[in-house]
Amino acid sequence: MKNISNKIILIVIGLIISMAAIYSGCNQSKGTLSGNEAEQVYVAPGNYDDFYLFASGGFNGQIGVYGLPSGRHFKTISVFAQNPETGYGYSEETKEMLNTSYGFIPWDDAHHPELSMTDGIPDGRFIFINGNNTPRVAKIDLKEFETMEIIEIPNSAGNHASPFVTENTEYIIAATRFSVPIPQSDVPISSYKENFKGTMSFIKLDPKTEKMNLEFQIIVPGFDYDLAHAGKGPSHDWAFFTSYNSEQANSLLEINASKNDKDFIAAVNWKKAEQYFKEGKAKTYPAEYYRNYIDEKTHIAVSEKNNQVKVLDPKDCPGMIYYLPTPKSPHGVDVDPTGEYIVAGGKLATVIPVHSFKKMLKAIEEKQFDGEVGGIPILKYDAVVAGEVQNPGLGPLHTEFDGNGYAYTSAFISSEIVKWKLGTWEVVDRIPVYYSIGHLCIPGGDSKKPYGKYVIALNKITKDRYLPTGPEITQSAQLIDISGEKMKMLLDFPTVGEPHYAQAIPTELIMKNSKKFYPIEENFNPNAVKSEKDSRVERKGNEIHVYMTAMRSHFSPDNIEGIKLGDIVYFHVTNLEQDWDVPHGFTVKGNNNSELLIMPGQTRTITWIPKKTGIYPFYCTDFCSALHQEMQGYIRVSPANSNVELAFSLGK
Amino acid sequence: MMNKKSRIMILIASLILVLTFFFPLWTIDLIAPQYPEGLGIRIWLDQISGMKPNDLQSINGLNHYIGMKVIDPDSIPELQIMPFIILFMIVFGLFNAYIQNKKLVYAWIILFLVLGAVGLYDFYIWEYNYGHQLNPSAPIKIPGMVYQPPLIGSKQLLNINAVSLPSISAIIILFSILLTAFAIYYDFKELKKGTVK
Repeated sequence: MKNISNKIILIVIGLIISMAAIYSGCNQSKGTLSGNEAEQVYVAPGNYDDFYLFASGGFNGQIGVYGLPSGRHFKTISVFAQNPETGYGYSEETKEMLNTSYGFIPWDDAHHPELSMTDGIPDGRFIFINGNNTPRVAKIDLKEFETMEIIEIPNSAGNHASPFVTENTEYIIAATRFSVPIPQSDVPISSYKENFKGTMSFIKLDPKTEKMNLEFQIIVPGFDYDLAHAGKGPSHDWAFFTSYNSEQANSLLEINASKNDKDFIAAVNWKKAEQYFKEGKAKTYPAEYYRNYIDEKTHIAVSEKNNQVKVLDPKDCPGMIYYLPTPKSPHGVDVDPTGEYIVAGGKLATVIPVHSFKKMLKAIEEKQFDGEVGGIPILKYDAVVAGEVQNPGLGPLHTEFDGNGYAYTSAFISSEIVKWKLGTWEVVDRIPVYYSIGHLCIPGGDSKKPYGKYVIALNKITKDRYLPTGPEITQSAQLIDISGEKMKMLLDFPTVGEPHYAQAIPTELIMKNSKKFYPIEENFNPNAVKSEKDSRVERKGNEIHVYMTAMRSHFSPDNIEGIKLGDIVYFHVTNLEQDWDVPHGFTVKGNNNSELLIMPGQTRTITWIPKKTGIYPFYCTDFCSALHQEMQGYIRVSPANSNVELAFSLGK
Repeated sequence: MMNKKSRIMILIASLILVLTFFFPLWTIDLIAPQYPEGLGIRIWLDQISGMKPNDLQSINGLNHYIGMKVIDPDSIPELQIMPFIILFMIVFGLFNAYIQNKKLVYAWIILFLVLGAVGLYDFYIWEYNYGHQLNPSAPIKIPGMVYQPPLIGSKQLLNINAVSLPSISAIIILFSILLTAFAIYYDFKELKKGTVK
């Protein structure tokens, strides 16, 4: 008996020790890396990163700019959200950028940054991003890292499948996530099947003026259109859109839109659509939408209202659009570098279905149809599918490519990246990510020539990866080395806002074009003051216009009197500096508006309506020089009926 | 009368002076950590420019803190005169190559050397005045500190290392004088050879 009990005690102790060992082993494995990972991400002080990474800010409506491999954050580009730090969306020169047919909308939900392409390769000219909530597409110039144009998309209710560019950025494509009545009307929600429709939009980028124009839309059955990608190479003329909710449910979609075994990828021949559009097959729909752009000469935002849009109906346009059955509520749709394979992220599917472009063309030619919806032929699944990746992880969402014949798919539910081989469809490697990955990004990974080297996991959940900061903790991305056979985790880095998707591009394509300041002689803002001696204050009725200059380390004028209650004061501040990295800030006490950050050579205007009499200081908010603290001035506000003369001075 | 080779040398020495209209005479570079891309001025026969388009403005911006005068090329009379001096030396040199009067060639050399010396002295005075004539109400005043850049060489002025060096045109002028002097020397040797024969 004694022996047996001794044995049991020994076994129990052994178990405890081994449990403890396993536990501590687990704890250690969280942070332990083997080898030279630190060296791989270390960018020594003063050295540059190899890639720019542009990550969406999600609900902050901005784009975060980072360096790879360091993960360092360089800039947050204001796109759809007002930014009181710079005055974007507050200043007279920028506030028109946020006009929509619903009025001024100072935020949006930005998901998918997309670099402009030439011949299927990112060219570093522009990056586009979608506003998901109030459907918009923005164009950001990568010389200035500033938003230059925003176009609203009518007949769309959630601009999620957007913006994806064709091989030479001929078009920026977009489709609506939510179907709605088109044109909008007051109908019962339960009449979904009868009244609700989706649209796909084709925004043309004029090759000369580089302006966006909503060329035409295609009206499609009322599913939820989720993501898209344009073809490349042989599939150049085509664009692919995933859809879910082919059940056309209007309530409890998590159950009701998950019933069908297969939903659809819509394959759109945009060349053919363009041809039909040119032949006049499109109908004119009334549609109110805005296009806002920064005027090249004045650098002032201009809002332009449009009242109609051209819409193509697949019923009138044979051969323009086909449905590819795809399991199951597919999310991402990604085209491999050769343009042959169309990979779907069937988020509820147990496999990753891959369609063949060649097979699709053949099936169309042979009319291998399995019925139709809304005038759109449905191709037979077996006639278009090239293969299925087995055991791809749970909840496959997005795929990018390394250019060496491998694809990398994010699996949301199983929190991993799965590497598999194109053609054989076999999984060759997998790596856990922390946690719940959405998109992933390989530099150039959706282009014809991926740069490879890294995959970046864009995670939805961070939990215990960083120091906690209360209930709201940092958003995060992870850098993984894919240069070897096995993927290797290198770095966690925080992001500003939710990185739904990101794109990366080699440094040299951007860096050499980066603007250092705005030449003052090219400043055609009508309120610019190009020399201190021209600075002045003028009264026009109850409007006071202060034409002010900023130069290290003073404003001119810096003493202003004769403002009366009831006046609206416009500060037109020109930064006269012509040197790199010398912005000036401007702010006045008690302004209900924002401050201004004015780049060298730029003019910015902020409006102030004083509410009380007294003396108000104004000062420079960007530490500009040794005498930055001296860069200040005063404004006197007198009662409405006072006799104080308008006066301004500097150095008196 | 001079030998042919010496005449050609005098001709070349005069003609290469045309190049001084296309290259700077002198450079002053200001080296400081905050200006990794460099900062400097280029002094030409007829103008003062920045090393980069807006450097002059940037330097004037920096100088106002220590009370130095604004460098305004339009208010520097030397820049109006220098092109005519060089033009005169070119014409004078060509005239010498044609007339072949040795005394006039000596005169050309001596005149150019005197003008050069006067020019350098003038430049030194200009630098001295800029460095010493400081606005008494300047924000930054350091007792005993003057900001005269060196004529040739480098000097630490507060956080900035000022490096002043002759540039291409100055070297061309020096070469022109030396070549003319050599032409005379060569002619002298040829003459000797001739008399020996």
